[in-house]
Amino acid sequence: MVEFTLPANSKVRAGKTFKAPAGAKRVKAFKIYRWDPDAGANPRLDTYEVDLDACGPMVLDALIKIKNEVDTTLTFRRSCREGVCGSCAMNIAGTNTLACLKYIDEVKGDVRIYPLPHLPVVKDLVPDLTHVYAQYQSIKPWLQAETPAPDRERVQSVDERARLDGLWECILCFCCSTSCPSYWWNGDRYLGPAILLQAYRWLADSRDEKTGERLDALEDPFRLYRCHTIMNCTKTCPKGLNPAKAIAEIKKMLVARR
Amino acid sequence: MDRQQLRSPLGRAVGPGSAKEGVEHWWAQRVTAVALILLGLWFAASLVALAGADRAQVLRWLHEPLPAILTILTVIALFYHGALGLQVVIEDYVHSEWLKISSLVVMRLVSVALAVAGIFAVLRIAFGG
Repeated sequence: MVEFTLPANSKVRAGKTFKAPAGAKRVKAFKIYRWDPDAGANPRLDTYEVDLDACGPMVLDALIKIKNEVDTTLTFRRSCREGVCGSCAMNIAGTNTLACLKYIDEVKGDVRIYPLPHLPVVKDLVPDLTHVYAQYQSIKPWLQAETPAPDRERVQSVDERARLDGLWECILCFCCSTSCPSYWWNGDRYLGPAILLQAYRWLADSRDEKTGERLDALEDPFRLYRCHTIMNCTKTCPKGLNPAKAIAEIKKMLVARR
Repeated sequence: MDRQQLRSPLGRAVGPGSAKEGVEHWWAQRVTAVALILLGLWFAASLVALAGADRAQVLRWLHEPLPAILTILTVIALFYHGALGLQVVIEDYVHSEWLKISSLVVMRLVSVALAVAGIFAVLRIAFGG
C-alpha cells in the first residue's frame, strides 16, 4: 500500500548550523537536506546562514557559495547555471524547480532545499536518475523513418515545425515527474510527465514514421493512463512547458485511431 | 526499487511490455461521465418534482415507460462509471499484486450485483401490479 510516513531510517533529523560571518547585514538561512550513504546515519537538515550582500541572486549562487566557502561536503549537481542543462533540479521551498532559475528573494523566510521527491538519494541533493533515464530510453527518443535518408535534410513545413514548439524545449530535469503523485506511487511502471512529453515530441514530429508503434507501446493502463490530470507537472515546470497537455494529446491520438 | 537485482535498468523499465489496452477504459469513463451529467440532471429534477409525493404517486411515476427506462439507464451508467473509477483507485494505491487482483475482482462483482439489483427493483415496480 501507499506509505504516508517515512521509514525510520529515512526520518530527517535536525543538523548542524553554520552561522553567518559577523557583520553580515542581510542574512538568509538555507536549510538543506543532507544524507551521506557512507555515514550510516539518518538524513539531517543542516542550516547555513548566508550573507546575501556577498552572494549572487539565485539559489544556485548560494549553494555554490556554501560549497566553496563554508562546507565542501555539500553535494549537488549543477552545470550550465542558466536553465539549459537541467542538472540543478531540486525541491526548493516546497516546489520542484531549477536552483539556477530560482531567485532567493522569491522565498519568504528560510530557504528549505530537498532533493527531488520520491527518487532514491545518492547523496545530499543528488537523486538517482537511473530509472527515469531507462524509461526515457524505452520510448526510443530518436527519429524513426522507413523512407531512406534524402541527400538533404528531411524537410518540414513551417506549420509542421511549429507543432514541436513547447516540446523541444524540455531539458529533462524531471521536476515534473517527481512532482506527480501518480509517479510517486507507480513510478516503476508509469512513465511520468517528462517521458510522456518526450514521447509526444516524437508523435508530433511530421518526419517520424513510427507513430503507430509508438502509440502501441504507450497504450497501457500504467505507462500512460496513470495520468489523472493532476497538473502538478505543468504547475512546477521551470521552463513553463505543459506536460499535462502533451499527455492529453497522446490520449486524444489513441481515441482518434480506434 | 530493488538494488540487489542485476537486471539492466532498461529491462526493468520495459518490463513485460505494453498491455496495449487502456484507451477503451479511458473513453468509457468519459462517455459514462457525460451520460451521468444528463441522466443525473434528469433524475435530480424528477426527485424535486416528486417532493412531497406519497408512495403510490412515486410508484405510479416509475410505472411509466420513460421514467423507468431512464432510471435503469442511470443505474447502469452509475455503476459502470463507478466500477471504472474504483478500478483506477485500486490500481493506483494497492501495490500488493494478490490483494490488487482480488479487490479488483470483488469490486467488479459487487458493482454488477448492485446494478442488477437496482435494475430488478425498477423492473419490479414498472411491471408489478
